[in-house]
Amino acid sequence: MTTMDVPAQTTSQATDTQRMPVISVRNLVKHFPVRSRGVLRRQVGVVHAVCDISLDLFPNETLGLVGESGCGKTTTGRLMLNLVSATAGEVRYSGKDLTKLGHSQMRPLRRQLQIVFQDPFASLDPRMTVNEIVAEPLRIHGLYGQAREGRNKVRELLRTVGLNPEHGNRYAHEFSGGQRQRIGVARALALRPKVLILDEPVSALDVSIQAGVINLLEELQEELGLSYLFISHDLSVVRHIADRVAVMYLGRIVETAPVEELFLKAAHPYTQALISAIPLPDPRKERTRKRVLLVGDVPSPVNPPSGCRFRTRCPKFANELTEGERRTCVEQIPALIDRGVGHQTACHYAEAVKLI
Amino acid sequence: MTQPQVFQYDRAPAGPDVLLEVENLTVEFSTEDGVVKAVRGVSYELRRGESLGIVGESGSGKSVTSLAVLGLLPRTARIKGSVRFKGEEVLGKTENEYSALRGKSIAMIFQDPLTSLNPVYSVGYQLSEAVLAHNDVSKKAALDRSIQLLRMVGIPFAEQRVNSYPHELSGGMRQRVVIAIAMANDPDVMIADEPTTALDVTVQAQVLEALEAARAETGAALVLITHDLGVIAGHADRVLVMYAGKLVEKGTIDEVFYQPRMPYTLGLLGSLPRIDDTGRERLTPIVGSPPSLLNLPPGCPFTPRCPIAQEICETDEPELVATDSPQHVAACHFHERLVGATSADLFSTTSVDLEPPAAVALDPDLEVPL
Repeated sequence: MTTMDVPAQTTSQATDTQRMPVISVRNLVKHFPVRSRGVLRRQVGVVHAVCDISLDLFPNETLGLVGESGCGKTTTGRLMLNLVSATAGEVRYSGKDLTKLGHSQMRPLRRQLQIVFQDPFASLDPRMTVNEIVAEPLRIHGLYGQAREGRNKVRELLRTVGLNPEHGNRYAHEFSGGQRQRIGVARALALRPKVLILDEPVSALDVSIQAGVINLLEELQEELGLSYLFISHDLSVVRHIADRVAVMYLGRIVETAPVEELFLKAAHPYTQALISAIPLPDPRKERTRKRVLLVGDVPSPVNPPSGCRFRTRCPKFANELTEGERRTCVEQIPALIDRGVGHQTACHYAEAVKLI
Repeated sequence: MTQPQVFQYDRAPAGPDVLLEVENLTVEFSTEDGVVKAVRGVSYELRRGESLGIVGESGSGKSVTSLAVLGLLPRTARIKGSVRFKGEEVLGKTENEYSALRGKSIAMIFQDPLTSLNPVYSVGYQLSEAVLAHNDVSKKAALDRSIQLLRMVGIPFAEQRVNSYPHELSGGMRQRVVIAIAMANDPDVMIADEPTTALDVTVQAQVLEALEAARAETGAALVLITHDLGVIAGHADRVLVMYAGKLVEKGTIDEVFYQPRMPYTLGLLGSLPRIDDTGRERLTPIVGSPPSLLNLPPGCPFTPRCPIAQEICETDEPELVATDSPQHVAACHFHERLVGATSADLFSTTSVDLEPPAAVALDPDLEVPL
């Protein structure tokens, strides 16, 4: 890959126009049907899981996708790999629209697009040894080769993810959570992919273990020139690992920006609330921080609010806006408007606030 | 309500200043593989109105310690030591005596509100049940009190919500109902065991707010058990750090967060990615995993993961000793060496697990053609 010898910092700072995205997502929509009970199972409604999402993933870049549970971030990740079929929109990868491809057409592309799942306990087959788990993608794609050659590939993969290759004959249950997640990473790396979708890869791990896996992912990106879509609800991890961040709320992207820009100049009230809700492990700062508290819960994606989807919980809508301004929020869906340096916000009354 | 004065909170300090004293508490479980020493000699005291954080990784014994205080452990557990509530020994009480204590004096908030609430009873029924257990009032009065409690923890439309069933509420609301049940009888101590772990951050902020409201209303002391150092930093006055069933550090939050004197605490703080951190430096993880509590080897249990471990650490388990102030204690033979040390001084920015392997690049032959 050509970008491999360019330091990660410079690539991530370059403007979007100069670079060609690896994957670009345009106006992606996913609706899940809600069916009635009983025999007929008529469709009675639709879950608006992902609504009109556009994003670009650049080479050797980490794009953080953050949001609360149920906001559609996992669905977005799966749509990008064509693991669930899209209702509308396109996912462009190397000149092809993935959403139009069938299973057999997807298979050669799957070598380059891999995924690491959240739960390291559920994503590894308990009846396979670690060697078999890591060798499986190689065998499926006919790359395992002779027994000796294949074994060496597996040993090297285990070494790459910081595991002892001697332990390859053990079963997944013999490993700790952090080690299991490393096995998941080794399996995803086996086919030397270009893009890794990381779906909450460290959420299930204890803090002292989590740091090692984060370091590993950063190191692998530098060495192998990978592009990551890092799906997470933990903004502190995202701040550490991501180059750019997209914030999702109820199926829509509400704000996207380079990581420093987002954390220092968050302009969407939802992003501001998210950032101020993260507890800081620093007693003095924690005592004096400005807080934006939200009221209520996320509305149901079956019946999302009209106009701006965040308005039902928005502290700005509730406390600052006039009646006329509120009408705009109720009637018009705010578009993602660029505020410069690649910082886009979908809010009619966006205003940058420093919270940290 | 006919007797509103029944529910007046008693904010005036009564009785001794120290509410809860735990002394040398040990909990052991017999299993087929041997004896698991879940808690190994934990001592602490909780003063009136204070908020005490207990932090540790999964399996460090932080939950078992609190379950032992309330007598909620299975009968197979062997509990030794002493737990005194307002000077009175609690361990060894009968189930009936415990019932008088639970809810009334010490209330518990569990992690998962979906399992701690009963799915077949309405929220109002469960709240009234808690009120009626310790107060001789009419059902009507108990229900009115339930609505009042729901309002205190910030549940909108409390009059309607009181008739809801747990499955009709969101995770954050359920946890607020559990907090409302805990404060129903004006307890002196509330123990919250990972109260926000399963929740989203904005909901976590709401629930913590409700917990603070409950504390302000009842004046209860709080034991806050969590693995999230950020939650401790914002909501505790003092903190206990647990590792492998033992206290390894104890002090005020400022002492423990800014001058940790135990390598584990230092490592824990250093391994956290921080939202206020502009740098892109690598994190400093603690390599390895906590020891098994079956057949724990002698010496300090942190030795295999400790960067400054010496021979003495493998043979002698350190006691808690006073460091810069008498209240700030740490269990480390070399706590003096940690004065002014940062986690980067001790721990390396490694990404490997198990033994450090040689740096090997991927096989170049493995390049996959399109």
